[in-house]
Amino acid sequence: MSDMEIPVGPQHPALKEPESFRFELEGEIVKSVDIRLGYVHRGIERACQDRTWVQAVYLIERICGICSHSHTTCFCQAVEDIAGLEVPRRARYIRSLIGEMERIHSHLLWLGLAGHEVGFDTLFMYAWRDREVILDALEAISGNRVNYGMNTIGGVRRDLTDRDVEELRSAIRILEERVGYYTDVALEESTFRNRLEGVGKITKQQAIDLGTVGPTARAAGVNVDLRRDDPYAAYDEIPFNVVTAEAGDLLAAAEVRLGEIRESIGIMKYILDNLPDGPIAVKAPRRIPPGEACSRYEAPRGEDIHYVRSSGGDKPERVKVRAPTLANINAVAESMKGVRVADIPIIIAGIDPCFSCTDRMVRLEDRISGRVEVLRWQDLSRRYRR
Amino acid sequence: MAIIDDLFKILVFPGFLFVVNLGLFLEWLDRKIYARLQNRVGPPWYQPWLDILKLLSKEDVIPEGASRFMFTWLPVFYLAVTVTASLCIPVGTYAAIYSFPGDLIVVLFLLTLATIILFLLGWYSGSPFGRVGAVRAVTQFLAYEVPLVAALLTQALLADSWSISLVMARTTVGFPRFVVVHLTALAVALISLQGKLLRVPFDAPEAETEIVAGPFTEYTGRRLAFIRLAERTEMAVGVGLVSDLFLPFPARLGVLGFVISAILVTFVLSVLRASVARFRIEDTTVLAWKYILPFSALGMVLAIIVRG
Repeated sequence: MSDMEIPVGPQHPALKEPESFRFELEGEIVKSVDIRLGYVHRGIERACQDRTWVQAVYLIERICGICSHSHTTCFCQAVEDIAGLEVPRRARYIRSLIGEMERIHSHLLWLGLAGHEVGFDTLFMYAWRDREVILDALEAISGNRVNYGMNTIGGVRRDLTDRDVEELRSAIRILEERVGYYTDVALEESTFRNRLEGVGKITKQQAIDLGTVGPTARAAGVNVDLRRDDPYAAYDEIPFNVVTAEAGDLLAAAEVRLGEIRESIGIMKYILDNLPDGPIAVKAPRRIPPGEACSRYEAPRGEDIHYVRSSGGDKPERVKVRAPTLANINAVAESMKGVRVADIPIIIAGIDPCFSCTDRMVRLEDRISGRVEVLRWQDLSRRYRR
Repeated sequence: MAIIDDLFKILVFPGFLFVVNLGLFLEWLDRKIYARLQNRVGPPWYQPWLDILKLLSKEDVIPEGASRFMFTWLPVFYLAVTVTASLCIPVGTYAAIYSFPGDLIVVLFLLTLATIILFLLGWYSGSPFGRVGAVRAVTQFLAYEVPLVAALLTQALLADSWSISLVMARTTVGFPRFVVVHLTALAVALISLQGKLLRVPFDAPEAETEIVAGPFTEYTGRRLAFIRLAERTEMAVGVGLVSDLFLPFPARLGVLGFVISAILVTFVLSVLRASVARFRIEDTTVLAWKYILPFSALGMVLAIIVRG
């Protein structure tokens, strides 16, 4: 078979969001890949500048449907830093609790998708069924399954009742059993193992050089975790282990994520046992004093960075978000060289990509006329205004 | 009156209508079992029929890069080939419409033709996904075809005949003396059939997450409906063939036994589909040539020995 180009995306069953990967093939072997980002840029950073601080929190929450709590916590921490607000201890614990629940449902989502990408739909259905346990618990606490609206500047918006705590404990019991089962299935089932082992491999040095973060880095043996290295929320008081693996392939990534689910369950238990009393929020001023801050957060997919600057008004002057997928996408390009077509979807899914969080700016290039058009905020809002 | 009788046989029972509806019924059964194994509800029994009706009403698109003639006629040939193959399959004790010594070979040939048509479908659809799928379909064909033929040949050897009805009468009636040989061949036949029908774990030629739908990627509307019907018919023929040749019920309980056997075979295929991940196409080839083929050869050798 001669060389051919296979377009994976912007519309493709393997991708859950529009993004473009163009593969040049030699037979079934990938020669090179061209990754193009920017299909789902929504201009959220700029839109934040037109909203008040509190409104911006809700907009930030919608950066990502899966790690919504990560982004709001990261943003709120930056604003609290500028305003000099001391978040109450109970609020910090609740933030950590929701963060860990989010990590569990995000990792179960990944496990299911990984199963789907390699044609193991049964694992997909089971992982997503049991993900409902944690989503139901989140709904019981916050009223929402994915965009929980828990964070506000200065603390959290909803307290945990005793009933919530009881429900969480029973959810944890179910999850513990199921996650043990998935660990067995995913890591022992030979056809599934066979599709992950040695696939999408990066070395430790590559992981460091390419600036990978989160489970992708930890799977390659890079021992980083912001919860331990730069504690925020209540992580300075909570004991937990950082799960790492050595192999750097997707099996290692699965091991790390499944291990992290177990650690998260441990963290949740600790938080429920040691939940301090007290207020859940301090009052934040309407105008945040001038200043700037950078905040980091260990999202399920890796390090999330928010930069926030205030000029003393009731709206942010600048918000800048660096979602973890942007840091990991280079690892995909690197590990794609020389792989077979069959491994393309699972390698892309391997970093647990979240493209709408990553997409930055829209630069339209007309290939025939060579005309380049950069969409400015005004164009974007005009184009999508109803 | 003979003509009307023949037409009834060809068009209604045990011909076109029966085999197509059996195929759609088996599709529902497969989807339902698959869904229940995944803790889902699964579709209602009439869903496959509705799917076909819906496809018939959908827009029909011929892509720019496709060969118009091939694109239009290949789905028709595909259905024609699989339905023709069904003419030689006896429905339990109800004799096949066209039965003669050597009809087993003809059925195998027609099923092979179906795979070639599958390749052409993908190759002429003008899509890179179609082409990759087409090449994979042929690669996979090389992997499962020999074991499939060997497994059926084992039964033919035991019965000393190439006629499906004779094999059925001689090997599945009475106490099976060569249980071990039968079971060896049955295992090989089931796995090869799974490959023939492009089902998980052998669905690399139409792997959704890799190459969208492989050879069928560009097909829509009526043409896709034809392909779907052909696939279901192929399933009915394949499952029916295995039921007739291996299971004891068709020869004893007639039409009812045939349907029961078809349900049993489908059940096994569905459980297999639900419990494993997809093989890469290279792995399929290795699995077939390294493990399944020697196994099927062993069955044949056993058959020759026990037959004396």
